[in-house]
Amino acid sequence: MSLFASGSQTVGPYLHIGLTWLNTDRIAGRGVKGERVTLQGRVLDGDGVGVSDAVVEIWQANAAGKYAHPEDRQKKAVEKSFRGFGRIPTDAKGRFRFSTVKPGRVPGPDGKLQAPHLSVTVFMRGLLKQLSTRIYFPDERANMQDAILRCVPAARRATLIARPKARGLLEWDVVLQGRNETVFFDF
Amino acid sequence: MSKVRGYRRFHPGTQPEYDFPFYASTAKRHPTQPLVIVPQTLSEVTGPVFGYGDVRPNDNDLTRQHKGAPLGERIIVSGRVLDENGRPMPHTLVEIWQANAAGRYPHQNDQHNAPIDPNFSGAGRAVTDAEGRYRFISIRPGEYPWRNHYNAWRPAHIHFSLFGQAFLTRLVTQMYFPGDPLLTYDPMYMSIPDEKARVRLVSQFDWEHTVPEFALAYRFDIVLRGREATPTEDLSVGE
Repeated sequence: MSLFASGSQTVGPYLHIGLTWLNTDRIAGRGVKGERVTLQGRVLDGDGVGVSDAVVEIWQANAAGKYAHPEDRQKKAVEKSFRGFGRIPTDAKGRFRFSTVKPGRVPGPDGKLQAPHLSVTVFMRGLLKQLSTRIYFPDERANMQDAILRCVPAARRATLIARPKARGLLEWDVVLQGRNETVFFDF
Repeated sequence: MSKVRGYRRFHPGTQPEYDFPFYASTAKRHPTQPLVIVPQTLSEVTGPVFGYGDVRPNDNDLTRQHKGAPLGERIIVSGRVLDENGRPMPHTLVEIWQANAAGRYPHQNDQHNAPIDPNFSGAGRAVTDAEGRYRFISIRPGEYPWRNHYNAWRPAHIHFSLFGQAFLTRLVTQMYFPGDPLLTYDPMYMSIPDEKARVRLVSQFDWEHTVPEFALAYRFDIVLRGREATPTEDLSVGE
């Protein structure tokens, strides 16, 4: 039997009604080991205006580089309280902010480890299907060898790497159009 | 070994384009650069795991979330979540939201001059059973105007959000009602190029689940991306 996947439709302007109950801006609770980091940024439209009706979803491994998922069969532990999922709506100015632990390196497609990264999915009014991207970390030598980053034209890679703002605080924006348009992936 | 068993790419024509001029809001919100095609890794074929502990027993009954019953025609919406290989997707989270019977959302951005129903919030969720089945009780949502073009009205619809077993199977879509004359005028519905794929977003009247003296039923099956037909050599990852 072979079907095709159902068509995507926009979340529309009233996304909060259905999605707010699962908002999670603290991805790693107290019992989760690792380097604490807060990420903040904005979702910006083609005019550079903040998108107030977007939601950003995050998926990540824990600090040991292990996903809380049955298909991650690495012999590593994952904290019971760690799901690795974040859902953060943007505010009236298009801003979002969440805290977590920096993920460890996870296996990549070439048999090498990937650089630490967060997987990101973005939904909003005016977007008929989700956008997928990643957040990488600054000052990370592994970025140079990362199999996914290496698929990205060198001039655009910076859009995927968060910028240090203060100790433990990083910034990363979703730029939908224009000069610094964020790289979005087709997996 | 770090081979992962990948998911299929979308069938051509079954998904909307980001840039769709008939839906005006896509103009400033679609990427102008082509997506970068990349291999699927462990990060994409895993995803958040939810279970029955994440929902309360009455979360799937939108008519019993307040003191009184909401106004409107009670309906039952049920179906199965499958993958492209026809396999049921058990224990996956399904979130829904919708307008009330008058076509109004209890949301600050909804300025439509139609009454808010104090007995209807319009949100529900469920976790599918072992066979991928879900069931909601709700009221039939009303059509409502929007400002996309002159005299624009959204057909009656229910928003659906699903996860599946991987971050890349994430799906947000909308369910429509059979025979709705507004469908062919609706940019969202019409954004899906392939007619067969479009029609699949229209629920079907469901005699089997219609409950006498209680509510009409509609059936809405949802298909998430499925695994590649030929499995690669090793499912395990990492050491």
